[in-house]
Order: sequence, then structure tokens, then C-alpha cells
Amino acid sequence: MSTLEISHLSKSFGALKVTDDVSLTVPSGELHAIIGPNGAGKTTLISQLSGQLRSDAGRIAMDGRDITGTTMPERVHLGLARSFQITQTLPGFTVLENVALAVQARHGSSFRFWARVASEAALNDAAMAALKEAGLDHRAEARASALSHGEHRRLELACALATEPRILLLDEPLAGVGGEDADAFVAALRAMKGRFTMMLIEHDMDAVFRLADRVSVLVYGRIIATGTPDEVRSDPAVRTAYLGEEEENAA
Amino acid sequence: MTDMTASAPAGRAPALAGRVKAAAILFVLFALFPPVVMLADDPFLVLIGTRILAYAIAALALDLILGYGAMVSFGHAAYLGFGTYAVAILSSYGINDIVLQMLGAVVISAVFALVTGAISLRTRGVYFIMITLAFGQMAFFFFISLSAYGGDDGYGLSQRSTLFGTQVLENDFVLFYATLAVLIGLFAICHRIVGSRFGRVLTGIRENPTRMEAIGYAPFRYQLTAFVISGCMTSLAGVLLANQAEFVSPAFMSWHRSGELIVMVVLGGIGTLAGAIGGAVAALLLEEVLGMMTEHWRLWFGLFLVLMVLFSPRGITGLVEKIGKGRS
Amino acid sequence: MTNLFVLQLLNGVQLGVLLFLIAAGLTLVFGIMDVVNLAHGVLYMVGAYFVATFASLTGSFWWGLLLMLPAAVAVGLILELVVIRRLYTRSHLDQVLATFGLVMIANETVKIVWGVSPLSVPTPEILSGSVPLMGPLQYPVYRIAIIVAGLAVAGALYLVINHTRIGMLLRAGATNRAMVSALGVDIGKLFAIVFTLGAVLACLAGALVAPILSVDTGMGESVLILTFVVVVIGGIGSIKGAFLGALLVAIVDTLGGVFGPILLRSVLDPSAAGQAGRMLAPMLVYILMAAILCAKPAGLFGGRG
Repeated sequence: MSTLEISHLSKSFGALKVTDDVSLTVPSGELHAIIGPNGAGKTTLISQLSGQLRSDAGRIAMDGRDITGTTMPERVHLGLARSFQITQTLPGFTVLENVALAVQARHGSSFRFWARVASEAALNDAAMAALKEAGLDHRAEARASALSHGEHRRLELACALATEPRILLLDEPLAGVGGEDADAFVAALRAMKGRFTMMLIEHDMDAVFRLADRVSVLVYGRIIATGTPDEVRSDPAVRTAYLGEEEENAA
Repeated sequence: MTDMTASAPAGRAPALAGRVKAAAILFVLFALFPPVVMLADDPFLVLIGTRILAYAIAALALDLILGYGAMVSFGHAAYLGFGTYAVAILSSYGINDIVLQMLGAVVISAVFALVTGAISLRTRGVYFIMITLAFGQMAFFFFISLSAYGGDDGYGLSQRSTLFGTQVLENDFVLFYATLAVLIGLFAICHRIVGSRFGRVLTGIRENPTRMEAIGYAPFRYQLTAFVISGCMTSLAGVLLANQAEFVSPAFMSWHRSGELIVMVVLGGIGTLAGAIGGAVAALLLEEVLGMMTEHWRLWFGLFLVLMVLFSPRGITGLVEKIGKGRS
Repeated sequence: MTNLFVLQLLNGVQLGVLLFLIAAGLTLVFGIMDVVNLAHGVLYMVGAYFVATFASLTGSFWWGLLLMLPAAVAVGLILELVVIRRLYTRSHLDQVLATFGLVMIANETVKIVWGVSPLSVPTPEILSGSVPLMGPLQYPVYRIAIIVAGLAVAGALYLVINHTRIGMLLRAGATNRAMVSALGVDIGKLFAIVFTLGAVLACLAGALVAPILSVDTGMGESVLILTFVVVVIGGIGSIKGAFLGALLVAIVDTLGGVFGPILLRSVLDPSAAGQAGRMLAPMLVYILMAAILCAKPAGLFGGRG
């Protein structure tokens, strides 16, 4: 488990400020949710934190160690993993192979050219464990491209888990998942609480308020409020800027 | 996109074994070729067979990066050239041993692949194709201006390479079987690489580089390694080709040759290894047959290529996949 | 020495102008349609053969040049309609294979129609001879005419691209393809126009150069690769990049061949310098390309990597 410190992080696309001077500290073991209306820059923030996008300014640190200049693969090796909102799998690989590759990245060299990787029990066992945790172990032998949407979301989670994260960034893990599936997913996330620090982007307010220790509200790239779910729910600025809008839309 | 992705997971291990079986059948047919030719009393055919085997080696090597790494290298003929000139240049300094010549070819190819690959792999797609093509052409022009070895006109070899101090390779049959042995050895190596940890990472990068970065792999180093391995293997084909032709010239490394290597790999089905070998045989036989029928065989070969791409809904790659699916 | 330098510089500019004409179309096709077209060099060759044929039929280079233009438009349109159009949605590998096939077809067809021996095109009367440049230095009028014509086309292209609606679409398309379709433009038509424009420019380059080169089947090949280098250096989709890249490549290629050995002679003994110079000169443009790509992987003016 690690502490994630973000200070004065910024990112612009042309004239558009997508991340605007964001500062936030997520203490070790916390599940921190980021909510905000569409286009608030949530996914951009995750991409900056994971190293997929370079930041224009600001600093990102893990346990006090500056990681702003590192690449995405380097951050994974430091224990910072992410899942994607739009599923990114290896479509031609089986579910087990998808996850075993994530395990392999953290265990031993990948510059081994002769031994058959398919028969490495250690890799497969660790991958199966991650799959079980994500509730997808029964589909281990299926090809990733044959999975349903909900199963894809689980594979995303399993891959991230298999990298043995100390901080896990989850980008809308529940997107497009409904009903019982969603409940099971929330239960799985809850079970993981305390094992690593989590930052969760989610549209499902119900899930967010059930899971999160603290919540930050992002609007137009700025954090307008941070606090416990109850604090945030009753924050007047949040109500007008975000929750109010939702109700209007719903009406 | 390839057999690997097309085959159902449950049938996966059998599919792999099937591919080894297909290769084994090809190798047995190759091995039976010289005796049959002896019966037909046309020893020249053995030389043609050796040429086909040498190109099969090059196609196999190219398939490793084209099929498993999705790197469309349009400069692979350069490595054929390094192999052929390693024979010519080393033998002019009295080094005739084929193992040493192969070593020389591999060293030069590794250096060239490392430098040009590092530059090319910083780019993607169209850029990668054009840059590898340009570097291939650079090597081509280098040997054209190498007047000590005949430049444009090429350079005749006074003798074939020696093997452990003997001149057995002067015999066309021995050269054929030596080439076949190299082909089988390299196939085994490629097959192991593809099924290894490294191979899985390489294939994963082909499938989705973003996913690979998100689980901790920096694609560049794996792609570059594969690129270097492929270049080195291709140069071995060059060493054997020089011995087959007893002649070296920049023509071995023209960009047309690079294009033909790609055609071979695609004809046999990319990302299947055995397919690349079959594709080399098919392409060269097609060339020979068309060449016997008309001096303008290139016209028909070109037409064949264009029609194949246009009238298969997903291109040649799709067509091969379809045929492959129908078979399995 | 100065004279030689000026002379070679002019030769370099002349080659650069031609390379630009070819590269302009290629970079747009790459940038806007994302198609690898190996057959672009073929168009340059076809332009030269057209002008050779029409000039000998009419007895006039000018008629030849004039008749070449509609023929080039026809070739461009047919090629786009029959083959290239079907490649837009295909993988780069399919594009490589199909256009590689086109190169084979075109080269053999030219051999069948025009034979294997090179054709020559007489320099038009009015542009023959040389003019004094400085001191004893003379320079052929025709080469100057090529430079002027090429620059004129480059200027016209600049105006079209920067001051017309279609130019605006081209610029938008080269950097962001989705934007063009979002504007409600008939993409199919735009692509056909771009490809045909590129084909005509390449044919024009071939036609212009015909009187000072022998017209043969290999002429498209060496130019194709040089043009690729130009496009890569300039940045895919950038006309400005193609112009500067073409001049850079041509001048380095021309001056390097002459002055490389001379410069080397100051550090090596003459025979070694000659040998090394001859070997290095043809590689110079590729080394230049590698150096530029190391600094800027997307080329000098490339938006996308």
C-alpha cells in the first residue's frame, strides 16, 4: 500500500485546460472516488497518473518518491496499475494468457526465448488467483474476444490485480454493467479495500457512496470539493455544480 | 489476424502441434527432393531447390517480426545482402569456413538491425514501412559503390565455402541438405521463441500495445530484440544463397526482393512459421512457372497480387485466414 | 571551386524541385488517406513515357507536354477508381502488397508497349543552349526552365492550399481525418481529387525531366525511395515539409557526391578519400534522414507520429 500525492497537476489540449491545478493526497489504504460530470477530465487525470499522458506541469509522488517523469511501464513496476474505461485486452489471447502476461511482467525476465511459457505453473497459478478474485476463473480458457461486456470488465480488473499493485486506478469499472453483475462487482471491490490504495472513477453514484472512504468532485478539470461521502453530498457547491445537474437531466 | 487468433482456444494446442506437423511434412518432402531429381536426371533442379530453401529461411525469419510482431519491414533484403557479401568479402581474405562466414554475417546484421531498428521503431505504421525501405536502400547503394567487389556488376566467387575444412559443399546435394538442416534448425528456434515468454510478449504487443504498457511492458525493447533476431536469421539465408549462386551482387538486396519476401510470408499465411516456408515455395514456383510461360511473368505476378488483395474482402491476410479456418 | 559549387547547387535545386513535385502528391496521399502507395514512382515514369510518345507523334515537345496532362489525369483517375479506392480501409500490409503488384504490372506493361531500350526526348528549341551565369560559368537554359516551372507549380500549390476551400480541407484532413468527414464533405470525391492531383504532379515531374534524362523503366524506382525519404523528413501530410525536405535531400545528394570526396581529401590520402567518398555519397541522404528522425521522429513538420 502506498500514499499517492498529486500536486498542482495540469494538462491542456490546445486552449482547453483539461486538468487545472489539481492537488490531492490519497493516504495509504484509502478508497478514493473521483466523481464529476461528463467532460470533467476524469479519464485524463487517470491517464496522467498512470503515465499514459505526460503532464504539462505539476508533480506526482508515491510514498514521497517523485514519479512524474516515469513512463507507464515503469510506474507499473513501482506498483501503480490502472484499468481502462474502454476495455483494452489482447483479443487473440485466452483470458488466462491475458492475465498470465501481467503476472510475467512482475516475475522474472521476459527475455527468455526457449522454455514454453504456457507450461509455467507459477504464472498460470498466479493468474488463476487474480481471475478468481475478479470472478472470471470459470472463463479462463475462453478467448478474450469472445467475452461479454461484463466479463471484459472483470478481465480488466484481473489484469490490473495481477500486476500486484500498491495503488490501483480504476476508470469506470462498472461502465455498462448492471443489476446483479454490478452488485457482485461492488462486493469484489469492497473485499479488496485495505489491501491497496484505490482511486476510483465511477458514474454509479450508488456504488461510489457505498464504497468510497472519501470523494473528490472534479468539474472542468478542477477539484471543487473533497470529503467523506456525507460531506460531499451536502456540499452546496457540489449540489449546484454536479448533483443538481444530474437531477435536472433525470427530470 | 493470424491463425493464432483464429483458432479456438480449446483447439489451440492441437493447432500448434498441427503446424509443427505441417512443417515436418514439408521437411520430409524437401529431403526426398534430391533423390527424385536424380531419377529425373536433371541435377540443375537441386540448385533451384537450394535457392527455394534459402528463401524459405528468409521468409521464416521475416514472419517472426511480420506475423508475430506486426512489423512490416520493407528492408529485409539488406540482410540477405549482408549474408552474401560476408561470403564474398571474407573469402577474399582467405576465410572460407562457412561457420565463420555465418558469424560475420550475423555480427554485421545485428549491428545494422540494432541501429536502423532503433530509429525505425520509434515510429509507427506508414513511417515504419518507409524508413525500413529507405535503410534497405541505403545498404543497397553501399554495395553498389563497393567497387572492390564489382559494384553494380557483382562478384563471382572462386569457390564455395568450406565446412570444417572440407570442400563437401562443392557438391550440390550436400549444399542442399546443409541448407535444409539450417532451415529445420531455424524453424525449431523460431517455434520455441514464439511459444516462450518473449514470444508471448511480442505477440501481446501486436495485439494491443496499450494493454502491454499498462501491465508493465515497454514494447520498444522487445520489438527491437525481435527485429535483430530476424535480421540475423535472414543473413544466414544470404550466406547460403551466395554459395548456391557462387556469385554475389547488390541485386540480392534490391527493394523488389524485400517486397517478394513479404509476398512469400503473406502467401503462406502470416504468423504461422510453417506457412512462411510454404509461401516461399509457392511464390518461387509461381515465379519459375510463369517465367517458363512468358518473359513478362512479372506482369502476371503483379496482377495476381492486386487481384488477391482486391477480391478477398479482408485482403490476402483475410483470405488465408478463411482458408485456414475452412481446413481446421 | 566557387563555380563548381554554384553549378552543383543549381543542379541540386533542380533535382529538389522535381522531387517536390513527386513528394507533394505522395505526402498528401499518406497524410489524408493513410495509404502507402509504392506505385507513386511509376507515375513519374509514365509521365516521361507519355511526353516522349506525344512529342514524337506531334513533333513538338510543347504539344507532348500539353497532351500528357489529360493522359495523366486519366491514369490518376483510373488508378484511384480501380485499385486505390479499395485500399483506404485496408491494412498497411494489404496496401503494400497491392501497390507492389501495381509496380510490377506497370514496369512490365511499359516494357511491352515501349520496349526495353531507353527513349530520348529532344530539348525544345527555345530552351536549348546555355546562358552565362558568372564569369566563365554557363548553365543550360532547360535546367533553369525546370527550376522556374517547378517553383511556379509550388507557388500555385501554396495558393491553393492556403487560400481555397479545397486547400482548407486538405490541411484539415492531413492533421485530423475525422474532422473532414465531420464537416460533411464527400470524402470519396476529395480522395479522388487528391490522388489525381498527386498523380498529375508526379507525371509532370517525369515529363519535365524527360529531355535531360534517358527515359527508361528503372527511372521510377530510385526516385520513389528518394521521395519516401523526402516525405519522412518533411513529415507526413505536410506540403511545406515536402518542399523543404525535397530541397534538403536533393542538395545534400548532389553536393555530397561532389564535395564529399574533396572534403575527405583534407583528412585522408587522395585514393582513400576517393574510395570512401564514393561509398559514402549515396548513403548521405539516408544518414541525414536517420539524424533528423532521431531528433524528430515525426519529421520536421509532421503532426502525427
